[in-house]
Amino acid sequence: MNKPLAPTGLNQDEPLLWETGSPGRTGFSMPRRDVEPFPLDDGIAGEGPDFPDLNEMGVVRHYTRLSQWNFGVDTGMYPLGSCTMKYNPKINEKCSQLAGLAGLHPMLPAGMTQGALRLMAELERLLAEITGMDAVSLQPAAGAQGELAGMLLIHAYLKSRNVTRNKIIIPDTAHGTNPASAALCGYRPVRIKSGDEGILTPEAVQAVMDEDTAGIMITNPNTLGLFEEHIKEIADRVHAQGGQVYCDGANMNAIMGMVHMGNSGVDVLHLNLHKTFSAPHGGGGPGSGPVCVARHLAPFLPVPRILEKDGVYHLSEDFPQSLGRLHSFFGNFGVMIKAYAYILSLGAAGLKKSSQLAVLNANYIKEKLKKVFHLPYDRPCMHECVFSDKFQREYKITTLDMAKRLMDFGFHPPTIYFPLVVDGAMMIEPTETESLEEIDRFVGACRMVATEALESPDLLRGAPKRCKVERLDETLACRQPCLVG
Amino acid sequence: MRYLPHTPEDLAAMLQAVGVHSMAELFSTVPDECARREPLDLPEPLTEWELDAHMAALSDKRAIHAPGGHARSRPIAFLGAGRYEHFIPESINYLLGRSEFTTAYTPYQPEMSQGTLQAIYEYQTLTSRLLGLEVANASLYDGASALAEALLMAVRITRKKKVALSRAIHPHYRQVVRTYLDPAGSEIVELPFVESGRADVSGLQGVEDLAAVAVQSPNFFGCVEDLTAVGDMCRESGILFISAFTEPLAYGILKDPGSQGAHIACGEGQSLGIPEWFGGPGLGMFACKRQYMRNMPGRLVGQTLDKQGRRGFVLTLATREQHIRREKATSNICTNSSLCALTAAMYMASLGGTGIRELARLNYDKAGYLKQALRKAGFRIPFDSHCFNEFVVEFPPDFEATYDRLLKKNMVAGLPLSPWYPELQHHYLLCVTETRTRADIDAFVKEVLS
Repeated sequence: MNKPLAPTGLNQDEPLLWETGSPGRTGFSMPRRDVEPFPLDDGIAGEGPDFPDLNEMGVVRHYTRLSQWNFGVDTGMYPLGSCTMKYNPKINEKCSQLAGLAGLHPMLPAGMTQGALRLMAELERLLAEITGMDAVSLQPAAGAQGELAGMLLIHAYLKSRNVTRNKIIIPDTAHGTNPASAALCGYRPVRIKSGDEGILTPEAVQAVMDEDTAGIMITNPNTLGLFEEHIKEIADRVHAQGGQVYCDGANMNAIMGMVHMGNSGVDVLHLNLHKTFSAPHGGGGPGSGPVCVARHLAPFLPVPRILEKDGVYHLSEDFPQSLGRLHSFFGNFGVMIKAYAYILSLGAAGLKKSSQLAVLNANYIKEKLKKVFHLPYDRPCMHECVFSDKFQREYKITTLDMAKRLMDFGFHPPTIYFPLVVDGAMMIEPTETESLEEIDRFVGACRMVATEALESPDLLRGAPKRCKVERLDETLACRQPCLVG
Repeated sequence: MRYLPHTPEDLAAMLQAVGVHSMAELFSTVPDECARREPLDLPEPLTEWELDAHMAALSDKRAIHAPGGHARSRPIAFLGAGRYEHFIPESINYLLGRSEFTTAYTPYQPEMSQGTLQAIYEYQTLTSRLLGLEVANASLYDGASALAEALLMAVRITRKKKVALSRAIHPHYRQVVRTYLDPAGSEIVELPFVESGRADVSGLQGVEDLAAVAVQSPNFFGCVEDLTAVGDMCRESGILFISAFTEPLAYGILKDPGSQGAHIACGEGQSLGIPEWFGGPGLGMFACKRQYMRNMPGRLVGQTLDKQGRRGFVLTLATREQHIRREKATSNICTNSSLCALTAAMYMASLGGTGIRELARLNYDKAGYLKQALRKAGFRIPFDSHCFNEFVVEFPPDFEATYDRLLKKNMVAGLPLSPWYPELQHHYLLCVTETRTRADIDAFVKEVLS
């Protein structure tokens, strides 16, 4: 067995910002004052905020120390299911910082922003090709806003046909944000169960699909990491009753170059550029959630849209059927740059290979761990596999205990307790950028944790021991909320 | 491909372990009708060096009219309107290279994410102090969606369907509010602005079923609103008061929204150390009175203790959120703008209380200097309200030619307002931050007059 890496390093204590500093220090090079003070009316003048004063090194040291209490993809394997924690290429970061892109004001005349507009127009085309859809809007700021865009598109489309519908079908293997996104459009979610094999059956969809149902929100591959094999037939049945098919494309990393979403009956699909297309997650954003549609939904895409004529790009709001605007400007351009750079670096073969390796890595882990952890659906998986703590519960050890113990071996835990269809779920998504050696180390750590669950369960209940803090009291945080200091 | 570690030997060993003969066999669950037969039609992959050159060319390609389509120098733009050019300390760019922050996910596992969690707790605290309200969230996408979420929150709290929006709120924000509120059947009442450029809330007294009124200060025209008056009116009528903003630096010298009666303050935090980035990502800042804490949208970081009684931080009050409350959640937001919130915290920490006052005053003074110079030169300043770093000027009807002439000199004479406000023909919104020198401003005035 490969020996897992133990965390090392110096964890320095660091107080809260306002417990440091001293009035009169500054960490900012104040620009020269070259004008006289302009009269300021007492009626509008305030006292200014109570911020601590730190000098430049004080700020640098504060955040450097905090960063050392964090774990990122660059620190080690981060197999958080449904999150696609792949390597974030460094050249992409440089691209996003280029002065002519990062320093571009969004309200400049189009004649001064041709490079940025061309980048966005090309990225739209690239994403349309990768998904097999006809048109793309890059405006949604993250996955959940992409879902909302999808729902609004369906709502606007049905409205244009003078149709009002009140329900939307959401399977138990869909992403957690789906029902909340649908509710914003006034749709009432109708939950359906996946079949015995962990995928949806056309019959289950048929049983609830009716003339009051706007459509279905289907996650494919689903949150069990399984391909929805009947998606085309399901789509046909939904379409037959006037409904639309929304696909949550957060798991697109499994199927680039392998699956054609347009041919699968999908009408609208969102992508997560911060998952599939390698933009870093930033500790929770910013992301970018483009929405891709079949031709009949294109008139309803958010405005403004980018148009090109004779090699010159401009923005247009002249789409009377559009669902409207979703973002203060045109979406998270800084994130789009990284996705664009990523696609140009990999090309068709590289993207396809990435998906294949992501699927291979997940299947490898599934095979290596299925005797150790309970595998509720023993079928070929896509980019992630889902286990449960059924075996370990006999020793009163839970998924949470195992997740916390994995930290002591230097790994970020998988996604836990999701999807809800599996009791005590552990959802493992290695991504394609983890090497065989690293995956073997992870497998070794998981096996050791499973052995400890049997032989020395208190090690798990007391975990983690090697992080900055031990297990935190989440109940206390909730009972006595302290959100500001 | 340098991002992919697998050797042919690795592949063979792994395929064998999985029990398949080929990569294609891994996809046996994909039916033929969904499978892609042709390779993706994408450009040939670029090397790191080719990509670098390609991106540099895109970055340089700004002007269509400049020789060769290239204009290397940054324009001297007097443009604000929701996105502001401010100096960003190099120390912040450098700290953002700490990939422990950038390459982490949402901090679901707090013991491995104390860096992000403490930093966001500090961000919430600084935000709450800046806006004068008791609690703040961990961020939303941007200013526009923050305002939409605030209005949805007001509708939830009051169980009333109508909201009132000042027309002097950023036009894009009002568009986003419509997108978010229309499908579920909320009604939006628009409030006019008066001669001073401020919102007129006098028409609200008799309106039935009103959940909230939203104004922006400084507003889209740069005018500082009389928030206290709006706050008093809201208190008397039992309406929730939402105070929006696009330029949070203003609260370095202006009275904050909380002290003037706002129940919720929300807006865009890009000014606090985030590049202009052609409009995104932004930072949706959001704060409210403590009594509405459980109705807030978005992530919240809270303080707690670990098993040893040591201070630590966790995501908290998650029962409001989409993954638990599902369709009854306070928002559908999941990924937010965490790294931008971290950036803003670094920026606020770098400025400090002393620095933010000084920098805000400098913005105020420089805008005042240009306003005064234009007025002296005979141009009309239509809205006679206090402003922070933006204001409206009325140029003569033939100014369009001057505007175009200035563009060719890489100078942008603000934003023409008539596309959004047809009644404001020949009115331009001008912005001056600390990045414009007196020499820039003098040169601009001279050009406008020539």
